[in-house]
Amino acid sequence: MKRILLSFSLLCSNALAHADLNIFACEPEWGSLAQAIGSNKVTAYNATTGLQDPHHIEARPSLIAQARQADLLVCTGAELEIGWLPLLLEKSGNAVIQPGKPGHFMAAEQVQLLDIPAKVDRSMGDVHADGNPHIQTDPRRIVQVAKALAERMAQLDTANAAHYQQGYAQFNNRWQTAMQGWQQQAAGLRGTPVVVHHKSWVYLQDWLGLQAVATLEPKPGIPPTTAHLTSVLQQLQTTPAKFVIHSAYENPKSAQWLSGKAEIPVIMLPSTVGGTPAANDLFKLFDDIINRLTSSRT
Amino acid sequence: MRHTHLPLTIAITAILTAPSIWAETSTDAQVKNALKPSANWQGSLILEGAYFDRSTDADLHVEGMPTGGHNHGFKEGLHTGHNELVVSGKLSDKLKARATTAITEKPEGEGNGLEAELEEAFVETQGLGNGVTIKAGRFHSDLGYLSGKHNHEWDFADTPLVYQGMFGEHTNDDGVQLSYIAPTKQLLQVGTEVFAGEKFPSGKTDKTISAATLYAKTGGDIGTDHSWQAGIGHWQANDIRDRSSAAHNHAGATETPRFSGNSKINTINATYKWAPNGNAKERNLKLQAEYFRRNESGTVDMVEGDGTIAETTGYKGKQSGWYTQAIYQFKPHWRVGVRHDRLKINNSADDKDVLEEAGLHSAGHTPKRNSLMLDYTPREYSRWRLQFNEDKSTPETDKQVILQYTHSFGSHGAHGF
Repeated sequence: MKRILLSFSLLCSNALAHADLNIFACEPEWGSLAQAIGSNKVTAYNATTGLQDPHHIEARPSLIAQARQADLLVCTGAELEIGWLPLLLEKSGNAVIQPGKPGHFMAAEQVQLLDIPAKVDRSMGDVHADGNPHIQTDPRRIVQVAKALAERMAQLDTANAAHYQQGYAQFNNRWQTAMQGWQQQAAGLRGTPVVVHHKSWVYLQDWLGLQAVATLEPKPGIPPTTAHLTSVLQQLQTTPAKFVIHSAYENPKSAQWLSGKAEIPVIMLPSTVGGTPAANDLFKLFDDIINRLTSSRT
Repeated sequence: MRHTHLPLTIAITAILTAPSIWAETSTDAQVKNALKPSANWQGSLILEGAYFDRSTDADLHVEGMPTGGHNHGFKEGLHTGHNELVVSGKLSDKLKARATTAITEKPEGEGNGLEAELEEAFVETQGLGNGVTIKAGRFHSDLGYLSGKHNHEWDFADTPLVYQGMFGEHTNDDGVQLSYIAPTKQLLQVGTEVFAGEKFPSGKTDKTISAATLYAKTGGDIGTDHSWQAGIGHWQANDIRDRSSAAHNHAGATETPRFSGNSKINTINATYKWAPNGNAKERNLKLQAEYFRRNESGTVDMVEGDGTIAETTGYKGKQSGWYTQAIYQFKPHWRVGVRHDRLKINNSADDKDVLEEAGLHSAGHTPKRNSLMLDYTPREYSRWRLQFNEDKSTPETDKQVILQYTHSFGSHGAHGF
């Protein structure tokens, strides 16, 4: 039995020996970004989909098997994956993706974070001590991550270093152009008051100048309660909002309830690649976000 | 209490933390830094309170099943349950440690008050490379599916009958574990453990190694909604000497049965989970089943209080059991679950009278149990659970109600699949 297993594993490792840079992306935006930079020199595996809540993922057998083989781990960090990534690192038996190694890349460490709390305790809900981790909704931060990621890929796979730098340069060119388009299209949104389900849009708000006047969750990570929704509704009497935003993986009921009572539209936004059918890469993700925000304007 | 094995644990820990592991990466300053409580050590306290009520006063010992475990069943009334104090942290960039102390009320018949038991105290490698992980000290065996899980991770307030029968609740012992994950897309893990702690169902042996295991697990996803894991395991202890079971009163004379011989357990398990779009927070389903079979061969002695052997017989023990359970989270924070437990005992001996006196004769009854539970987890650190058992471990049906509250302070790492 053991001999069969051994020869089987040798077979597999031989098959992988000449393969690409094997990337384990915790969220699809990073898998998509790594693929955009590395193109045919990388294989990116996305541990989650755009319809999953990245806070609540289980360290499933499939994820352990993928983490075992990864050359580079690309995750958000800032405690977003605290419920499952530490366990994957523990179980994987993989040396190169451990914290402190070049194969351990955390996107949140490459950018300035918002919402950094002065203190953290349980009474505040699921507050992340390092700051708000939902950085992927700001394209300015995406490109900062892209630059650092390309450098990291070049460091790990020196033979293809030039390829990654070139991949980044091309991505950056396309991205800057696209970003100008999005900003123009969304210019009218600046200063718009909105209600959000979870504090997962602070970076989008920061970029587009949206004003979040209320959240449906009473505290981060605590599901909306009737009492809290009622108080939000009351608050909207004095400080009205233009629409309610929730992400593809959040239960839309609370947003719909408030929408009905306050007579403002609900906008479901993809929080990452794959959150909606249209958002099938990073460019399309922001196309879709901006389209959804601007087409609902009243 | 098994504090006698503590020196062994310390010894193993010392061996593993020997210079070979440290040399590469650590200096004195780094070691000091790593041991600073604030740096990377986590502490957590998990408190359990339980109300327990039952319809009979019957002794729930399963006739025919060898005893030896230190079983903390629920006591009737409102009591503190299985409290755990967990300390874990990193010793170096490749080594972490964890200690779990269980604080429980003394079992019925052993007086009042609390007792502490060192359930786990181990060091484990992290990121050793090539899929290899080594663990040493006192730890829970990974032989089965539930075997490696702590009480507060169980989906029911109590452990399946087959775990109580096979291991006496917990599978922890002092030893070393080596595990390997193959570089494959589908999880393929093999592991082996050697134990030296004489923990039931092993016992005193002439060798350093009192028991050993070999196990394999595999698993993966089917689309985004389904995930699964399956495992097999083998446990073996050879040349067990004088493993004693609870004393039985027969016609006034108290004699203790002692088993000597070989014991082996084979097991198989499967787990399936479903969550729409892989988003388990809203709704999810978990199905799980495990089967264990134990075969023993050797002799059983009936030993009197003064140590003289009153009777002896050749013995072949055959006990098996399984449970299957389904847990459904129908809305965030709320879950319902059903479980069915069953045991089968078919022991034989050259001298049937001795078999009966030793409490190893099953008398034709098939022990089984049905359980129903509802739990509410308002936050990840607090949970209420209501459970009903229809317990037919003995010919007399016992109806049980358990109301359990669990609260954890601090953080202790995420739970596995």
